[in-house]
Amino acid sequence: MSQSIHQFLIPVGEAAKRTGPADKVVLSSRVRLARNLRQFPFPGTGKKSDRLKVLDVLRPAVESLPELTERFSDTLDNLSPMDKQILVERHLVSREHAARGAGSGVVLNREETLCVMINEEDHLRMQSLRPGLQLREAWQTLDKVDSALEGPLDFAFSFDLGYLTACPTNLGTGIRVSAMLHLPALVLSEQINQIIQAVNKLGLAVRGLYGEGTEALGNVFQVSNQMTLGETENDIVERINKVLAQLIDHEENARASLLEKKSSTLFNHIGRAYGIVANAHCISSKETMNLLSLMRLGVDLGLFPGVQRSLVDELFIITQPAHLQIGLSEKLSAEERDLARADMLRERLKHVHRPAPPAKSDANAGLDKGAKS
Amino acid sequence: MLCNVCKDNEATVHLTQMIEGKIKKVDLCEPCSKSKGFDDPTGFSLADLLLGLGAAQESEPLAASPDLSCPQCGHTQADFKKSGRLGCPRCYEIFSEGLESLLKSMHKGTKHVGKIPLGLRENRTMKERLKTLQGKLEAAVSREDFESAAMLRDEIRRTNDRLQSSPIPQPEG
Repeated sequence: MSQSIHQFLIPVGEAAKRTGPADKVVLSSRVRLARNLRQFPFPGTGKKSDRLKVLDVLRPAVESLPELTERFSDTLDNLSPMDKQILVERHLVSREHAARGAGSGVVLNREETLCVMINEEDHLRMQSLRPGLQLREAWQTLDKVDSALEGPLDFAFSFDLGYLTACPTNLGTGIRVSAMLHLPALVLSEQINQIIQAVNKLGLAVRGLYGEGTEALGNVFQVSNQMTLGETENDIVERINKVLAQLIDHEENARASLLEKKSSTLFNHIGRAYGIVANAHCISSKETMNLLSLMRLGVDLGLFPGVQRSLVDELFIITQPAHLQIGLSEKLSAEERDLARADMLRERLKHVHRPAPPAKSDANAGLDKGAKS
Repeated sequence: MLCNVCKDNEATVHLTQMIEGKIKKVDLCEPCSKSKGFDDPTGFSLADLLLGLGAAQESEPLAASPDLSCPQCGHTQADFKKSGRLGCPRCYEIFSEGLESLLKSMHKGTKHVGKIPLGLRENRTMKERLKTLQGKLEAAVSREDFESAAMLRDEIRRTNDRLQSSPIPQPEG
């Protein structure tokens, strides 16, 4: 019997402990490459038999990568809906890919640093993931993986248009460089819309946690390039890096200015968030994410002495619907989930004391402490 | 204001996005916005939509030959307009007309400047080398330097053999 995905992956609590540069604001970095085989129609056009052939060619090639020696590899029709949802909640496969069946596959490593989707919108969607701000490293890793695959595989490529993709928006480099940002202070100080507009003007997209709507759950925003043709991979990575450096500065400044000018409003938000999340008996996943975001901010500002940020980051994942139901034999209804989620949060937060706002003069010290960790 | 898609109903959904410093706007009615997938904004990009609409709205090159279809995969110009996706790598040659203006609107440039697969890079270098050698050969022949010409001819043969044995097919362009 094949191992289920949550048994294979490192536990969420452990994964949440991974650190990276600027991880106070940058939750994770991701680089994705789209590639297609020259001889086959793109997955959306091809027949099922074409997709199965593509899978037969790609899966062994991907599995032979040294980076994927210890791997989870399966076809989407073999995964239970719950397993698929777990992959989505961990941001390893797209929602669109999770909805696919026979002919589509996923191969990933245990550390969740490399994940390959087969027959998504393109034949091959390879992603390299890293905690914190590590776009360059993520690109270097993926560049190597891609180079290793281009020997055995015949990728569709033209000298004029670069790598050929199903959608012309990915044409050329086929690269999507993105970072997941936690920007609670920019949201609280109502600067976020301005910031999003400014980032859009630079040709970058800003999306929510899973790309939904404009209102980001848990104050998490995803920034990524939109243009893939006419610019080198390195230029794209550096351009986003520059924008991210500024966004980090803006968020830090917004935190400092909230502490200085609106500390009671800030502490009120964080204190209430803690109050609800640690004491509720019924709570939705959306409310949980929004409140945990404020708790995370509180941890960063030193309001919860002794509490690690990784605890909040772990709760962020394990309170989501599929993770919440791991180990349960029966599927919970939405209402049952809200009860189970509240039970788990009360249990996990029972030793966390309510936030202690620093004395007025200590406010800046708290910020510095947050900046260091 | 009427919906850009059906041009019948009043537009109630308005989308604006900056693409390469230019404002792109799309106005849609409720049913069209639903059919275009706006009620499920997952992964939605205005560029995708513009891809379908752009042709109808401004430039007509994409609509010029709606019957055009790809001999490899059967994808038609109409399929492309509808889904914003091409059917197979070959489609990029078949539907190349009008593609450039589309690419201009969504990308920084229209010419790839990024990574090239190593095999093709070597392939291209060899081809360039072949061209140089052939030039030298002609020059040698014209000055009746047959010794050099023979050497050059051998080298051209060797390079050609290597090129033939390379498993990578030669892309266009």
